[in-house]
Amino acid sequence: MCFRRLAAKTEVLIGLFYSQFYNEEEAKKYTQNSRMIEIQTRMSERAVELLNLAEDQPCYLLDVGCGSGLSGDYLSEEGHYWVGVDISSAMLNVALDRGVEGDLMLADMGQGLPFRPGTFDGCISISALQWLCNADKKSHSPPKRLYTFFSMLYSSLARGARAVFQLYPENSEQLELITAQAMRSGFTGGMVVDYPNSSKAKKFFLCLFAGVSGVLPKVRTVAGSECEISACGILCRFKVLKGKSVKKSKDWIMEKKERRRRQGKEVRADTKYTGRQRRPRF
Amino acid sequence: MKLLTHNMLTSHVKGVTKGYPLLIKATEVKVNEVEFQPQFVSRMIPKLEWSALIQAAEGLGYLQDLPNAPISNYENNEEFLRKVHRVLLEVEVIEGCLQCPESGRQFPISKGVPNMLLNEDES
Repeated sequence: MCFRRLAAKTEVLIGLFYSQFYNEEEAKKYTQNSRMIEIQTRMSERAVELLNLAEDQPCYLLDVGCGSGLSGDYLSEEGHYWVGVDISSAMLNVALDRGVEGDLMLADMGQGLPFRPGTFDGCISISALQWLCNADKKSHSPPKRLYTFFSMLYSSLARGARAVFQLYPENSEQLELITAQAMRSGFTGGMVVDYPNSSKAKKFFLCLFAGVSGVLPKVRTVAGSECEISACGILCRFKVLKGKSVKKSKDWIMEKKERRRRQGKEVRADTKYTGRQRRPRF
Repeated sequence: MKLLTHNMLTSHVKGVTKGYPLLIKATEVKVNEVEFQPQFVSRMIPKLEWSALIQAAEGLGYLQDLPNAPISNYENNEEFLRKVHRVLLEVEVIEGCLQCPESGRQFPISKGVPNMLLNEDES
């Protein structure tokens, strides 16, 4: 299990919050783990691919939740200039020690990003957005903070720019909240789920377009079979994953009969009439 | 903090309408060599608030006789682009603070990282 994911779970359990969680020690651990670096770099690579930037053109990008600058390193490699924002000063210190090329800033994305309209050619964020869904203080309201973040991000992006967020959603409600607040702020776009059938490699990318709407990028799958899932598509999938069939449906009746048979009860045989809808006037 | 970032940065304290440009009070400034990319610099020039850039560069003492408005046909003038590149990307404020022109709120800069965190009653 990925460290961030584990982190997100631990965080909910014991009520720590990001700036506390990534203290000096954790920040160093996080950055020295070579597997961590590899995963982060690969996700940044994919996020930049999804940004669909003009080729061979150095861009001015924003990295939200830049942490120790692992994703920023990839941006620099590609020849882009970037500004990194993070709420953990410990993580930023590690970034400074590593000598990243981008400009760093200590800020809370839930308080909005203080940039002039139209500043950035794109925005990426790796495993950071889900932190906004937690209320760290009593006065924090996740929907409000998400809305502030998205609306200020929308204005600071150039028209036609994209924002790509890699995130680990906890459940479908969280995803719904995030996408709803993004849409309210004026973004269009949706969710791209890479490797949707693999529990390990599955990655959620929220792709948002500011201004000009585009087509959703193609999803990567193992067997090459493409499957595009919109935000609502995922919600449906989550519902199905919960396991139970819709009540009174044929599947539900069959399951129930099967269950009763297993319990050794007397059950009528399955026929072509089983679970069939009756005529309107019975 | 580079001056390019400063040029894009505004104050987001509650109740402030413009909050731009932030006043730089620097106690330590450094110049870092950065690779020159003329394409990037000429792309950024139309996005800049030129007067804010001049003001900031003058305050830090790195004006390098930049004119009061970007010259015409700057795309092909390498000397001009190099000067702008130096001011935008090479001059860095390491220690000091940024002050919001409207509310007077100060944002400290330490080790080149501005602290833009707001208190609860300010957001």
